[in-house]
Amino acid sequence: MNGLITASGLGPALDLLALSPPGWGGNLLRGLVNSIQIALGAFGLGLLIGLLSAYGKLYGGPVIRDLLAVYTTIVRAVPELILILILYYAVTDALNQLLVASGFARIQISGVMAGIAVLGVVQGAYATEVLRGAILAVPAGQIEAARAFGMPPVMLARRITLPAMLAFALPGLANLWLIATKDTALLAVVGFGELTLETRQAAGATKAYFTFFVAAGLLYLLISLVSGRVFAWLERRARRGEPGAGGGGR
Amino acid sequence: MTGWLQPHRVVMIALALALVLWSAFSLRWDWLAEYAPLMAEGIWNTIWILVVTSVLGMLLAIPLGLAQAAGPWYLAAPARAFCTVIRGTPLLLQLWLLYYGLGSLFPQFPWIRQSDLWPILRQAWPYAVLALTLSFAGYEGEVMRGAFKGVPRGQLEAAKAMGMPRLTILRRIWLPQAVQRALPTLGGETVLQLKATPLVATITVMDIYAVSSRVRQDTFIVYEPLLLLAVVYMCITGLIVLAFRWLERRVPQRVA
Repeated sequence: MNGLITASGLGPALDLLALSPPGWGGNLLRGLVNSIQIALGAFGLGLLIGLLSAYGKLYGGPVIRDLLAVYTTIVRAVPELILILILYYAVTDALNQLLVASGFARIQISGVMAGIAVLGVVQGAYATEVLRGAILAVPAGQIEAARAFGMPPVMLARRITLPAMLAFALPGLANLWLIATKDTALLAVVGFGELTLETRQAAGATKAYFTFFVAAGLLYLLISLVSGRVFAWLERRARRGEPGAGGGGR
Repeated sequence: MTGWLQPHRVVMIALALALVLWSAFSLRWDWLAEYAPLMAEGIWNTIWILVVTSVLGMLLAIPLGLAQAAGPWYLAAPARAFCTVIRGTPLLLQLWLLYYGLGSLFPQFPWIRQSDLWPILRQAWPYAVLALTLSFAGYEGEVMRGAFKGVPRGQLEAAKAMGMPRLTILRRIWLPQAVQRALPTLGGETVLQLKATPLVATITVMDIYAVSSRVRQDTFIVYEPLLLLAVVYMCITGLIVLAFRWLERRVPQRVA
């Protein structure tokens, strides 16, 4: 096995990718964990914002609807990189001014928190549209039937609308999750140590650009392939009651 | 259009105008005159990079989609692998791989350095164009695969029955109908491509985003350049949307 590695010329590359300090594998993995953390947090926050905004767009008053339209339009028209910079500076600045005005000390917002907040707001705009479409796809009769039985709105959402719309929303949400994992790379530009920035530092220090960028690419690819499987399984599960969609009764 | 101008909208428009006026008068815009030529150059760079990479990417996407939709396995498998890799990794990583990776590889070969291409290869923009083109091709290859598959089989069989050669079928029947189907998606994807262009600033290409970063660094003004930048991108997005609406209207549609 060792002979094979040496013969293929991969030996030096594997040395560079070793997990302990002479190699840079540990840094890459730390970056990967940071990236996944931020992606998960941003996706969750985006889902929350998206769910509230979708309900606001569907059932809210005219003012709320227009405000939400402005939010989704602006966020989807401006590049994520610029939103990240604006929100990063503006949110940190506003929070600190608020804290100073109310007599507290300035705080330094951690990179993870800022990243989650910023990407969450971006994801929320896209999630709004996905979830709005999915809620609209639920047959109106089901919601009306629940209302006719006197279900309060929250229970109606929890028991009827949300489970019924899940199957329609999952393909869009899977796309959003992949966008979230890839958008974490943008945080490298504001100097946050996620996978892409760690990779560039390792590559810059060792001059082995191809080794590290290809290794990071494989890690990202692994995330997207694994999450593709997970979402396919989730969708099968969400559709299990439907006729003609594999495993469903007819 | 009746009922569009409801009372609450009038209030919101008034508020928006007030916000614009406030930012015009109480924020700092004195740097604008000095940097105007640089910004014009930046906008021009952004637009040509967008147009060139979208057109080249689309030219690559058509064979990629065709290979996946109808090609033999030895063409379909590499095309699918290419699309998966491009769509599965961040563009920033691809850009840095090409710029730093190829950029550090090329100088090791004397014949490249002595060739006439070297003055071009030494700059950053070829790598930016290459990375954005490949990325657009990867995403659009997937879109075109669906579009090619969506063309009704009867259309192709009818063309074959008329004795059309295969290339003519592609040129006259298959491709036009596939593009027509994909047009709304392609409009959205072009906006996404515009939103990807600021990444080229990280490899020293002077696009509009890089210009605004420079203003920030030179003058220590944080918000104003970013706000202006957002407005510029929104305007370009509006132009793209209008252009695609015009294109879509040129294609005759049968409304059922």
